[in-house]
Amino acid sequence: MNTFDPSRIKLDFPILQRTVRDGQKLVYLDSAATSQKPNSVIQAERDYYETCNAAVHRGAHQLAEEATDAYESARVAIAGFVSAAPSEIVYTKNSTEALNLVAYAFSNATALHRASGNPPQDPRFILTDEHNIVVSEMEHHANLVPWQELCAKTGAQLRWIPLTDDGRLDLASLDSLIDQNTKAVSIVHQSNLLGTINPVVAVMERAHSVGAIGIVDACQSIPHMPVRIRELGADLVVWSGHKMLGPSGIGFLWGESEILDSIPPFITGGSMIEIVQLDHSTYAKAPKRFEAGTQMVSQAIGMHAAVEYLTALGMDAVEAHEHSLTGYALDQLANVSGVTVIGPTENVARGSAISFTVDGLHPHDVGQVLDSRGVAVRVGHHCAWPTCRRFNVPSTTRLSTYIYNDTSDIDAAISGIVAAQEFFGVI
Amino acid sequence: MDLNGLYQEIILDHYKHPRGKVVLEAPLASAHHVNPTCGDEVTVEVAADDHGHLVIGYQGQGCSISQASASVMAELLEGASVDESVSVREAFVAMMHSQGNSEPDEDVIGDGVAFAGVAKYPARVKCALLPWMALQDAEIKAGLMAPKEETR
Repeated sequence: MNTFDPSRIKLDFPILQRTVRDGQKLVYLDSAATSQKPNSVIQAERDYYETCNAAVHRGAHQLAEEATDAYESARVAIAGFVSAAPSEIVYTKNSTEALNLVAYAFSNATALHRASGNPPQDPRFILTDEHNIVVSEMEHHANLVPWQELCAKTGAQLRWIPLTDDGRLDLASLDSLIDQNTKAVSIVHQSNLLGTINPVVAVMERAHSVGAIGIVDACQSIPHMPVRIRELGADLVVWSGHKMLGPSGIGFLWGESEILDSIPPFITGGSMIEIVQLDHSTYAKAPKRFEAGTQMVSQAIGMHAAVEYLTALGMDAVEAHEHSLTGYALDQLANVSGVTVIGPTENVARGSAISFTVDGLHPHDVGQVLDSRGVAVRVGHHCAWPTCRRFNVPSTTRLSTYIYNDTSDIDAAISGIVAAQEFFGVI
Repeated sequence: MDLNGLYQEIILDHYKHPRGKVVLEAPLASAHHVNPTCGDEVTVEVAADDHGHLVIGYQGQGCSISQASASVMAELLEGASVDESVSVREAFVAMMHSQGNSEPDEDVIGDGVAFAGVAKYPARVKCALLPWMALQDAEIKAGLMAPKEETR
């Protein structure tokens, strides 16, 4: 096995060669927001537009045939990356759309069930005001707001698995939260704010024991660790492409075909149909059932290159590299007085997104000083506002690493934090 | 990048020693504004004295730019007429939207001139404007000024 060498990996990423803020080296520590893209991904998209750009799954010409082949080959590669079957992979715009697709499956099935004259709906997706949906207090807004909307429309109740003070799921009340009336349990695999890696298998088992549909948000896990998707124990899993070297504009829903084929479509229109009459239509099986309209072909092709890049590195090696870098970052942050990590401080069941506060400094100001030194981090509530409230902080500064980061990047962030403390006179 | 150009002494001073950060006893109206991208928030209260001049109070939490801006605004506009507050706000907003290419008039916006450097950083413009927009909202709610299209 080759030694994992971030300095060599960096050379594959053109953006990491640029300078920022008056000629300083870019230190990119915001991969939990979006990852950078290697040459091979950028080139794959370019090649597609230069050689075979066409609308897929229609057209009788050679370009359409080649584009369709490339688009579907990407699906095979992406499915293979998570040990799934291609027919179980639905392309979406992003993971937010994938979660909405799932939430809308419930509200659409419920609405179709209530109106007369429709074919029977899958009872697992029909909600009444006796039912409940369970999420956790560490969800990204994308795995919270769609469920709030679903509950508002159906009268179902929304419940939240609480958190411990060190940023783990508090499972003590799991059996009472998830009860016979629970219809869906949707949990993040790795928190984008806290970095916590959750025991999703146990939560999904509890969901299944009461007949609820289990959903996992794997946006922050699939890019960073080997995942065999069925081993998560969920019925449906979502994640996005842009956080794992792929282009923006593509996300994924994995589901058991039995479920995907039984739920109502989300976005309707061209390409997702079976037969269209003037007054009604029937729909294709998944994945086409959920892929209405002209598709994101170049993005799928870019994703193909992205999973090939990650596969060549080896996801075991990616995970080991990030685990060691996370341990280093946690150790270094612990040495800075006034810094408090929000989330697990022990490098166990923990990913590489590390949120922290600095006494006397607002995260925006910390981020600004880091930016003035070429260090890119995220500041704010990270689309997990309720999670911030749970820890009594309005917002945090977050550093997050990926395959191209090394300890020198962490060191740059640490000296930036100290510089911010000095600049604002809080030490 | 010139950190001192962004965080001028006046800004740091107002951040550390905020002026006018008080709760009014009998506000005519208040407006709570948040910056949803970062969670900064400010609540501005207004009342009018016997001459119809502004009495301003505010509370807030957030970054140095948003909180210093609230302090500068409260100090500058306390006791001003509503018309004056409108023209000062227009001048401040225009400066913040100038991308750093304006020559602000200290006679009009006082310590607000310190924010000229902030205008070069698009992500921070909203921080600086947050309390000013809240004040405008509070003045409208209080019936001190008519809702109207204002430069934003």
